[in-house]
Amino acid sequence: MSNFSVAFRDSDIATILAVCGELDAHTAPELESAIKKCVDEGKIRLIVDGNELEYISSAGLGVFMAYIEEIRALDGDIKICALKPKVFGVFDLLGFPRIYHIVETEEEALSLFNQGIQPV
Amino acid sequence: MSYASGIHTLTIPSATRCLREVRKFVTQHARQAKLTEKHINALILAVDEACANIIEHAYQQNPDHELTITMTIEAKRVVVKIRDHGLPFNREDYQRPNVVELSRKRRSGGLGVDIMRRMMDKVEYNAHENMNEVRLIKFIRQSE
Repeated sequence: MSNFSVAFRDSDIATILAVCGELDAHTAPELESAIKKCVDEGKIRLIVDGNELEYISSAGLGVFMAYIEEIRALDGDIKICALKPKVFGVFDLLGFPRIYHIVETEEEALSLFNQGIQPV
Repeated sequence: MSYASGIHTLTIPSATRCLREVRKFVTQHARQAKLTEKHINALILAVDEACANIIEHAYQQNPDHELTITMTIEAKRVVVKIRDHGLPFNREDYQRPNVVELSRKRRSGGLGVDIMRRMMDKVEYNAHENMNEVRLIKFIRQSE
């Protein structure tokens, strides 16, 4: 049984992907499928809610790297919110906050989409 | 604070579904040794990355092989040796990754070795005939 899951929720502004469990080389394809499904359905304003994400390794980070250019080219974005400090530390270690919006709450992420603010 | 020492070994099939078991193994022995959460998290991530690299690159995702993890906890350091019999890691091919560049190229891989190096004090590779060994070393500083 997988120790990772993704739940989808649509708001007026964006699609929220609530990720739960451990994101490693075994489970990363599940996040990849979830993001691909959104893109295929034309949902390109995505918020990954990490409130219940307990662990991430480089395979999980790699999913974000693989899709961000494609989504931004379509005028969308992936924003990340509510990471636990331990998980944020892995994103931070490799410099992800320089190129991704990583914020504390879903409301902040929605507000950034609403204002049309893109990462520098 | 004193740390409980010991040598612990785990052998797993070369399949990513076993990475969770690897993390449990590292967590269990690191907790028993009373390492700090910071040290434990660093070890979990580095060992996970090393094993995932072996499964993907050394064994090319073929689950019919094995890798063996030996964790030695000493008073002032933890040494984790991971052995496999697959393709050796070619250090000459390794370049430190740039997340901006990898994102631009839509690449999903290339971060694991960098994470291992950032988490550990030393990362060493050895190859003997048919066997590869990566050694991850973390010094235990009581102030951390």
